[in-house]
Amino acid sequence: MPALVNAHRRVNLLVVGYRIRATSQKSLPFKCCNTADSGLLVGRWIPGHNSAVVLAVIHYPFIPGQVKKYLSELQSQTQVDLTVLGSWSMPKEGQEGMDSFLKDLSTIFPQKCWLQLSREIGKRGFTCQVVQNNGRLLQEREQKNGDDKIILIHYDQRKVMLSQLHPVQDVGQKSDVEASELRLVFQTVAQSQPLFFLDKYDDGPLKLSHWQSEGREASIIAELLKQASVPVCIFLTWLLSLWHWLCSFRILHLPPVLFISSKLSTCVQSVYRAVHFRTVFSPKKAATHVEFMRKANIFVSFLVDIALGLLLISWLYRENRISKLADTLVPVADRVAKELQELLEWLMGAPAGLKMNRALDQVLGRFFLYHIHLWISYIHLMSPFIERILWYVGLSACLGLTFALSVLSDIVALLTFHIYCFYVYGARLYCLTIYGLSSLWRLFRGKKWNVLRQRVDSCSYDLDQLFIGTLLFTILLFLLPTTALYYLVFTLLRLVVVLFQGVIHLSVDFINSFPLFAIGLRICRPYRLAEGVKFNVLCQEPGTPLHLMMEINPLKCSSVLQCYRTPTYSCYPKDSWAGLCKKLFVGELIYPWKQKTDKTD
Amino acid sequence: MAEEEEFTDINGNSISLDCQTHSAFCREFTVTSPKLSLRKVMVCTCFIWLFAYAVFFFTENTTVLSSAIILTLAGMMIHIHFVKVDHETLLIIGSLGVQLSSSYASGRESTIFIEMSKLKDIVINEAVYMHSIIYYLCILIKDPADPETVASVVPLFQSSKPRLNCLVHVYRSCQEILAQTS
Repeated sequence: MPALVNAHRRVNLLVVGYRIRATSQKSLPFKCCNTADSGLLVGRWIPGHNSAVVLAVIHYPFIPGQVKKYLSELQSQTQVDLTVLGSWSMPKEGQEGMDSFLKDLSTIFPQKCWLQLSREIGKRGFTCQVVQNNGRLLQEREQKNGDDKIILIHYDQRKVMLSQLHPVQDVGQKSDVEASELRLVFQTVAQSQPLFFLDKYDDGPLKLSHWQSEGREASIIAELLKQASVPVCIFLTWLLSLWHWLCSFRILHLPPVLFISSKLSTCVQSVYRAVHFRTVFSPKKAATHVEFMRKANIFVSFLVDIALGLLLISWLYRENRISKLADTLVPVADRVAKELQELLEWLMGAPAGLKMNRALDQVLGRFFLYHIHLWISYIHLMSPFIERILWYVGLSACLGLTFALSVLSDIVALLTFHIYCFYVYGARLYCLTIYGLSSLWRLFRGKKWNVLRQRVDSCSYDLDQLFIGTLLFTILLFLLPTTALYYLVFTLLRLVVVLFQGVIHLSVDFINSFPLFAIGLRICRPYRLAEGVKFNVLCQEPGTPLHLMMEINPLKCSSVLQCYRTPTYSCYPKDSWAGLCKKLFVGELIYPWKQKTDKTD
Repeated sequence: MAEEEEFTDINGNSISLDCQTHSAFCREFTVTSPKLSLRKVMVCTCFIWLFAYAVFFFTENTTVLSSAIILTLAGMMIHIHFVKVDHETLLIIGSLGVQLSSSYASGRESTIFIEMSKLKDIVINEAVYMHSIIYYLCILIKDPADPETVASVVPLFQSSKPRLNCLVHVYRSCQEILAQTS
């Protein structure tokens, strides 16, 4: 855009729209700009665009030297290049000679462009004149009743100061010229916070008007919490370092222990929580918006987790429900074992009318029945201790609902360990049968699998090789229905257990990763998370420039979830449906839920 | 300054276009869709309730009736809050940007503002849908890395779908403003 004295030049001004109090929401902003007396406009010219942001008004009387000193102090403090933009005049009675005085001020504060905003009593619109440094008025080239190419935008300072524009970009990552105008405006207002510390009751040499000029507002509780949080954080970080020291013992790093702890979801969950705590309880203040939101989200979801866990405890221990649960556990395990026994008896007979190979059937059936018998004996051995163990394990729910759910998942895994064993035996047997059959089928046709070339090649076999191969093929083929049936039954049982565990893991994951603080912020203070802005045209009188009201357009809830979701060890299906079916058909062992931290499988 | 002429949408329902000129480089266009028809609402409600009563007649279970009532209420609330668009507005401010806003029957407004630096052009495109050709007004968004290519296309007036005569009005006004400021 050409920055010359040209009819197409546009100057946007963002005028101070003071803090809109809740009561005057309906009657829009002209009320709030009433109170500013005449004075100097302080703000920043946005580089690269023909715009300026007005942040405050300095009232008379002032000494120009002190104004310049104050502005240079603030510039070094906030890294925002604040300058005097121009003058604002709202003459009251008895102040008629102001206009010429204001024009003379442009010589004291030399600028490239000097803005003169004025408002007459009784009128709602402002008039604006832009003076170049050689004294020529921009308006001379315009028609008398034509519109100035000037747009005045009113904004709510407090909301823009507190809000964060999305998608979030780090400060200093991109140069100012590339950043969009809107982003620069938001950054300017946010970084100029120290400018708003002076209010009109201060005894300093300068009297400023801005959104906080009626006096700084703060909450005692928030300040006390901030002061108290530092020692609490230091103490908790010390506790965490103690925990890490305990976990670093050599005995806990032996391979069997590592293997078991990677399989138990309780251990995984506790490791995960420790990582979270390290983020939240670090005494360093959060530097960027993203860090702050992550800390807040983790903290709030941890508190909610504990609250839900305590609720669960109060429900479990009231009326001694946990003892009742423990009492029903052993009969349930007995019942499951009995059902399995009946299932095996059925398989050993003629299941669904199919005729099985009697010998293999008997062998497999008796093998599995013996396992069940062993399992029942172990459960009966443990039964006097189960109630006590469960009582203490139930207390661990005070560490959070996620912990309780992980413990439940582990208990289910331990109790159905025999089903897992049966599944592995059945799957291995079936897998061997299938591989043997496919290899012997190739032999039957005179082909061979070439491992080097990874393809099927023809091969000439000797007669005795062919004879034995065909014999074995026939045997395996006729044994296939038996092994396939056992495999099918145990795979279905295993899948039921896996499904149940998967549901628990998904809910744990959901509780871990849901950004409660961000959603709460979006609902209660929607201006904090901004997707963009909205403009409303304010009705005006002819001859005044265009007045727009800028409001913050809050981020959509789905974008909030996407943006602020805490990354977790999310539980997702490792294979697609097709891959899963293929594995099931071939007889490979399936572990459908993969966790991101798993290195094996 | 408001203009009202006889416009229709692509299905033949009558809509209205309202142009307001706030200043030489700021204009606002509002396309109003036909309102929710009372007859359709009543027909739908009667249909659902008669069906629910028939089910109640056979099963003698009063939850069927109460669930039908709740379903109707919930469905109506969802329809007027999320589906039924009352009017769509295009506010074009020269050298600042373009604002699109949809206002739903329940009063909810959803707004998008596109800055002028991201905007390449406003054009009328044609789309072939089944047996008909539909014209729609759209905004071409520049790719920040490469200013010559079009990164994305934002169609306007998607719910009210006005016909070409209405779109041409809006297009001409917008092009006047864009020509002034570029």
